This record gives sequence, structure tokens and C-alpha cells, in this order.
Amino acid sequence: MIWNAFILALREIRRSAMRSFLTTLGIVIGVASVISMVMLGDATTAYVTQSISKLGSNMIIIRPGQDRHGPGGDTVAKRFIHDDLTAISREIQGLKGVAPVSSKGIQAVYGNKNYSTSVDGSDNDYFTVKDWQFEEGRSFTDAELKGGKAVCIIGETVRKELFGAQTPIDTSIRLGNFSCQVIGILHPKGASMFGMDQDDLIVVPIRMFQRRISGNQEISAILVSAHNPSSIENMKSAIISLMQERRHIRTGDEDDFNVRDLREVIQTLSSTTKMLTLLLGAVATISLLVGGIGIMNIMLVSVTERTREIGIRLAIGALEREVLLQFLVEAVVLSSLGGVIGVILGIAAGIGVNIAFELPFVFNTSIVIIAFLFSTMVGILFGYFPARKAAQLNPIDALRHE
Amino acid sequence: MTSEPVVELKGAKKYYGQGNAAAYALQGVDLTIQKGEFVAIMGPSGSGKSTAMNIIGCLDVPTEGEYLFEGINVGGLSRDQRALLRRHYIGFIFQGFNLLGKTSALENVELPLLYRGIPAGERRDMAMEALKSVGLEDVAHHTPGELSGGQQQRVAIARAIVTNPLVLLADEPTGNLDTHKSIEVMELLLSFNRDKGITIIMVTHENDMAQFASRIIHFRDGCIDTAQNEHQ
Ligand SMILES: Nc1ncnc2c1ncn2[C@@H]1O[C@H](COP(=O)(O)OP(=O)(O)O)[C@@H](O)[C@H]1O
Ligand SMILES: [Mg+2]
Repeated sequence: MIWNAFILALREIRRSAMRSFLTTLGIVIGVASVISMVMLGDATTAYVTQSISKLGSNMIIIRPGQDRHGPGGDTVAKRFIHDDLTAISREIQGLKGVAPVSSKGIQAVYGNKNYSTSVDGSDNDYFTVKDWQFEEGRSFTDAELKGGKAVCIIGETVRKELFGAQTPIDTSIRLGNFSCQVIGILHPKGASMFGMDQDDLIVVPIRMFQRRISGNQEISAILVSAHNPSSIENMKSAIISLMQERRHIRTGDEDDFNVRDLREVIQTLSSTTKMLTLLLGAVATISLLVGGIGIMNIMLVSVTERTREIGIRLAIGALEREVLLQFLVEAVVLSSLGGVIGVILGIAAGIGVNIAFELPFVFNTSIVIIAFLFSTMVGILFGYFPARKAAQLNPIDALRHE
Repeated sequence: MTSEPVVELKGAKKYYGQGNAAAYALQGVDLTIQKGEFVAIMGPSGSGKSTAMNIIGCLDVPTEGEYLFEGINVGGLSRDQRALLRRHYIGFIFQGFNLLGKTSALENVELPLLYRGIPAGERRDMAMEALKSVGLEDVAHHTPGELSGGQQQRVAIARAIVTNPLVLLADEPTGNLDTHKSIEVMELLLSFNRDKGITIIMVTHENDMAQFASRIIHFRDGCIDTAQNEHQ
């Protein structure tokens, strides 16, 4: 009986190729759109998460002045000195790295190329804290750091602007009014979450910066990173107490420095991406529903069309359940065929979009299963129930149906 | 003719609706048809011929009275049991042909065999044989849309006789055909009645067609018109 129903169903599918195609199309579109949308949402979330970790999710920034003075900081507040760094290394537990930073805008010149960028004075911990790899060359030697040698490590953007296709290692460039030897190139990081080009910089030893660029012993910020991201909160309060003590701030007085980490930013960003995923999910659900309604329409119309056919089958001795089984097999075959094609197209579209937008590839098995099951169920339900109504008709009435 | 009743209607009544609104289609029909008979049913439109045919074909049951098919009381059977009776013993030919569209003549004729569970190879041979017997073996792979009305009705006849049924029911089988085609159809029916011994019950408006039958029964207002029958 099942085999018969199968033969009848396949004949029917072949016979009404157009109707079968349209039914399948509804399912294909529904499944494919859900899968590709969710893949896009997941990929965006993964991208944001990756960008945050590139930024250094366990990095703490200590700056002079009150935070409320804005990004420029309080110019009057006392700067840090090298001893502050030594004190932090000595007193704070669980440090992965402590790096001084002083920055200044500068004009970099090589040959007839002229590029204006910014220079950071720091030491090798700078690369640890910012989790930065080298593309070429090396970090600073102890001698270069201690002696404040005129060497520099450049970001990808600076390399491209000054050297084009050439390799710059061991060549000298001019920074302001002195010349400086390039010893390393940083691995490109791309734009930051805030849209800033992170590769547009030059790093020099802090001593060299102080002697030749700023002309004083000051350090404008200290970057600290923790081995364990969960210890950041404790580390922050330990640093605050240490700095209050070192800067002689009495209880109740305002601090003349601020200690911040990136987690607030991260929280905002991740809630934004959650919203995005929800939004895409909603759009996808709507397309799945629209696909479902399409299937429903075609199935309903086809059953109306086929009521006379059902009457003929019943009159020549088909049982109600045989007619139903035929319709059920038909719906199952069409819906699962549509589901499979939809899954393939959806994944392909998802991969395509991810490649186009250079997003990471995230595969979400459960959404594939859910989308497939949902649309197949819709196909089966709407193939089955109208057919059941027709199969329950008196064969005479079904035959008379126009 | 040996006395072997296939169809027995005993005081069969059929009405549609209930109470005062009830409309009588049959108002007490007594009718016995023997195995091997070729019966024509005639009568004005609305006299209950189709209603009687539907009951005889086990598509419907009488509201009152009894219907015995091969001695079985059809009124006491379930929907599925009646479907099985139709499947194994009854062939239908309709005025409107009622073939499956977009389906080849061969597949249309195969359909009743499929429900009988006959294996594919045998099914094909039997269907082809039936098409040959109505002279349509050359158009076996054409769909109804590609066939003339006469050809379509012959496909329907092939479908009805392919199972070699006990009873063949034809409700106005020539209603949509011209005289020439009608006579072809009648000759086919007559040959199946003679050669295979299939009992045939046919509704017709036309006297010419009724003359092919061995007995004519007249209906009037949901009853058998005895006066006219005796007049014959
Ligand atoms: N399904 C139905 N519902 C209500 N009345 C019906 C139905 N079928 C037939 N009738 C009525 O029963 C009577 C007999 O119909 P029918 O058997 O089709 O007549 P015939 O075939 O002789 O022309 C007619 O008056 C018709 O209107
Ligand atoms: Mg009629």
C-alpha cells in the first residue's frame, strides 16, 4: 500500500511539474532565507567578538586627569613617570604586561614620500598588552630600550604609504628632524571597533621618544594587561589604591587620574550585535512564514483542483486512507526535496555573503535543522489536511465538484 | 436465463434533507437484475435514475429499504467495505468520462489495477489488452486532452472492464457523443456483455441506445413506471 502510494505520488509530481515546482520553491525560499540570515547574524556577532579581543579585552588604561574632561584628558594633571611603572610591576599581582605610552603626531619621510602619522613611545610590553604580532623583523633589544636608540617598528599603513612594495627592514626614515632605522613591521589589525585605523602608527623606544620628541621624562598613559580577564576588576581597584598612595590623594578627595577598561564598550557592542541577530532572526522568521503561506496556498488550490480526481479514485475503489497516503507521500517528497535544496542554497548564500563582507564563517547546525523541519512540517500539514477534507467527501459529491 | 440475482433493490427510498424539507429522489423501488443481463434504465430528467445507479454502484446507500449486492446487504457496510466492493466487483462509466487529466490513457486504465495491488508488469499487459479491446492501443500514451470525446469514452470503458468486473454501470455513457460514436460505444458494451458475461446496467435518454439492451426499465418520479414496462 505504501509502495503504491509512492508510485502514485511520484506520478503526480511528474505530471504536475509546474505545481510541484512552485510548492518546492516556497519551501526553498523559506529555508534558504532563514539559514542565510542567521548565518549572517552569527558571523557579525563573531566578527564583533573577534574585533574586541583584538582590541585587548583584558587591557586597562591608566591616564592622568579626570575622565570627565573627555578624551583629551586634563592637561593640568600631573603626568606619570617611570617610577609609577616600576611600582605597578612590583605591587600588582597577575600582570601580563605593563607598558608606558606617550604619543605625538609626526611627519614621516622616506625618499620623496611624506606621510603624517602618530608615534608611540613605549617598550616591548606594548606588543604584549595589545596582543600584537610581528609581520616582519623584530621587537626592541634591551640595549635599544636602555640607550634610547633611534629605531622604530611601523604599522602596515605606514609601511604601505612610505615603501609601497619595497621591504623597509633596516632602511632609515626621517621622523621630524632626526633619522630612525626600521627594525620591524606589525601584523595588520585593520580598523578598530570605532573605525580608527589601528595600523597607522610608528612605535619607538620610550627613552628615545622622551629625549628626541617630547624633551621630558613624562609618560602620558600606562597600559596594563592581566593574565586572567576575570581578575580585571580586582586589578583595577588595586591600581587605583596604589596610584592614590603614590600621588598623595587623601580619602574623600578627587583622583587626578583615571583607570578604565574596555568592558563597558564591549557590553554596549555585544548588546548591539544581539539586537542585530534578533532583527535578522525576525526577518528570517517572516520569510519562513511567507514561504509557509505560499506552500499553504498552492496546496489548498491544488486540492480544490484535484477534488474531482479524488472522486474518481474513490469511485473506482480507492480507500480514503490510500488517497490520503498518496497526498501525504507527495507532500513529504516535495517538502523534503525543497528543504534539502533550501539548506544547500541557504548555506551557499550565507557563505557568499560572509566572503563578500569578509566575515568569519560560523555554522549553526540547529537553525538548519529547525528551518528544515519547520518548512517540511508546513508542507506536510498543508498538503495533508485539505486532502483529508476531500478524501472524506462522498465520492459522488467529489465527482460533481468543479 | 438462469436465476442468479446480482442486484436486488427492496423498497429502496432515498431522500435528501430532513423533515418537511426532505426531497424524495427514490420513493420505494423494487428491482432485481440477474447475472449476465444488459439493462437499460430510461425516464425523464429528475426521475431518480442517477440516484438508483449510485446506490446500485455502492457509492451511496438507500435511506430506507434494502439493497442487496450479490446477496450482501450494502446498507450495513462501512465506507471502506463499500469501496472494496466497488474495487473488486464494479466498473463505472460516467457521462463526463472522468479520466485523470495529464495522465496517459494507459495509466488511466492501469489505475483500478493499481488499487487491486496487481504487479507493474502484469498491470501494463492487462491495461494494454483492455485498450486493444476498445481499439485504442495506438494512442495508449496520449493524454485525455489529446483524444476525441469518443476516444476518451472508450478509454473510460477500457478502465471499467480491465478488472473484468461483475457489474458494469454506465450513467448516460453516450450523453456527450454523436450518434455514430454512440453506436460504437454501444457495440463495445454489447460485446463485453456477450463475450465476457459482464452484467451491464445503463442509463440512457435515447431509445436507439436502449434497444441494445435486453431489458428496459422506465423510471418516473422516483418510482419504476410499471405501466410503461408492461407496455413493452
Ligand atoms: N445531492 C442531492 N441533494 C438534493 N437533491 C438531490 C441530490 N441528488 C439528486 N437530488 C434530487 O433527486 C432527484 C432525482 O435526481 P437524479 O437521480 O439525479 O435524477 P436523474 O438522474 O433521473 O435525472 C432530483 O429531483 C434531484 O434534484
Ligand atoms: Mg442523472
